[in-house]
Amino acid sequence: MFKKSIMAIAIAAVTVSAHAADELPTAAEMWKVIQQQQKEIQALKSQIEETDVKVTATADAVEQGSGGTVSKLAQWTEKTKIGGYGEHHFNHFEDKDDKIDAHRFVVYLSHQFNDKVSFFSELELEHSLAGEGKPGEVELEQAYIQWDYTGGHNVQFGQFLVPVGIMNETHEPDTFYGTERNLVEKNVIPVTWWETGVMFNGELAPGLSYSAAVHSGLKTADGGSIRSGRQKSAKATAEDLAYTGRLKYTGIQGLELAATIQYQEDITQGVASEADALLTEFHAIYSAGPVSVRALWASWDVDGDGFDTAGSDDQEGWYIEPSYRLSEKIGVFARYSEYNNKAGDSDSIDAEIWDYGINYWLTPTVVLKADYSDYVNKNSGSTDNDAFNLGVGWSF
Amino acid sequence: MKTVFAIILLVASSVCLAQKGQFITEAEFQARFFSADVQQQTLWVNKHLKSDIEGILNRRFTTLRIRYWGENTRTAWILEEIGKELPITVGVVIEDDKIYEVSILEYRESRGGEVRYPFFTRQFQQLKLQEVGPYRLDKSIDGITGATLSVRALKKIATLALFLHRQTPFYPLLGKSMGS
Repeated sequence: MFKKSIMAIAIAAVTVSAHAADELPTAAEMWKVIQQQQKEIQALKSQIEETDVKVTATADAVEQGSGGTVSKLAQWTEKTKIGGYGEHHFNHFEDKDDKIDAHRFVVYLSHQFNDKVSFFSELELEHSLAGEGKPGEVELEQAYIQWDYTGGHNVQFGQFLVPVGIMNETHEPDTFYGTERNLVEKNVIPVTWWETGVMFNGELAPGLSYSAAVHSGLKTADGGSIRSGRQKSAKATAEDLAYTGRLKYTGIQGLELAATIQYQEDITQGVASEADALLTEFHAIYSAGPVSVRALWASWDVDGDGFDTAGSDDQEGWYIEPSYRLSEKIGVFARYSEYNNKAGDSDSIDAEIWDYGINYWLTPTVVLKADYSDYVNKNSGSTDNDAFNLGVGWSF
Repeated sequence: MKTVFAIILLVASSVCLAQKGQFITEAEFQARFFSADVQQQTLWVNKHLKSDIEGILNRRFTTLRIRYWGENTRTAWILEEIGKELPITVGVVIEDDKIYEVSILEYRESRGGEVRYPFFTRQFQQLKLQEVGPYRLDKSIDGITGATLSVRALKKIATLALFLHRQTPFYPLLGKSMGS
């Protein structure tokens, strides 16, 4: 019985196998199937390529904003920038009342008209409150049009910062040590100093740049101080213009060397019979790793009897400031300064000041400051301005 | 005196060089570091990548994909970052997880253009990402007075290029340690 069953199964299997062999596709049929599949693969490939193109186009549109339709507002926003800086100070004086001051609050506004023409401005509120009898001022510090008239050349028309010194053009609080700005640049140059006119800027050789400007000038009293002669482009008398030229070399890593001269035929604008003035300024900055040194010398030579008599025919000063960056966030400095706005008077004594302190950068552009100013000697002989200072500053 | 200044102005205007401008084209940059048949690749910016990129740049990043060239263990990136007001276009070549070259392709600001000189860009060569902590270069870069913001932008771009290199198949350790 078992043998019969085995035999029956074997016969059935052979029969089925023979039948299946009869149903296999022919080579022609196989070729047709392959061609059909190939067509489908091609179609799928095309669809994938088409999808890639669509995804890329979508990404392009998304990245450009609003699917290819750029609104007027979007264009304006893209071309207009807002920034600013500010600083609060606390001065704990040794011999007079302590002061807290919202020293500076500045807003930048700039606009790019096209690839070659742009606008830049800086509006400042000093000492928090402005107006009659108030301690502060609202000042337009810069407002100029810059025209890049050909590759590498630009010219500025309007009100700009005079290209002189270390701090006149770069004075955001996170860029310098000390709560207060150094007194040499403040009282001799005098920082912050802006004028209105025309200024050319460019580069003469790799690392060697120049600025050359014709602009409104100072108007001092006959024999007066330079700082008091700033007219701040506020209905400024322009009988005598000033001419400024600067060369700056930054072609070696960590080094900046610069020299500025300025000439004005009459810095009293006609008040004195003779008052032609020449400013000369040199400075050097060198940084190597954590160590940095700044040094500056500036001098005014003013002709005229009034200035001779007052001793203000020669006004000059210098400082040196070594600093050390302990880490990315902490830096310490010391600064020795000497200046005299009546150096032409042989009886006048130079002001000598030591400053020491620390900066702590919360972020690269937000800084906390603590320092001590020690007036070794002041023209008046007093030490009223010896002070421990605290400050917070920012820029963006 | 006035005549002297006028002469200085004229001379200076006639011979001054470009503080701003395009210094190398994209094609020239590619040709310097890759053969002509190397095609551009695309790195799509997913959610995680976007978060890390925004951390490095310290700003929002809305680009959906970044194009680059890649061959063997070398990649090259053209990236942009704003200095003070306008974008600086920078080419960065990464090889074996280190910076091989940094070149300024286009500088648009009117001040701070010194960052394009080799005395400055050379400092980036052979720098890597630091091994621990946030994504940062493993050595400090000496700045340029008056070009603080441009220097800062270049440091961000160099850091970003090193990070992006690690996200590509040309990074030999892809899938192993991905830094911090």
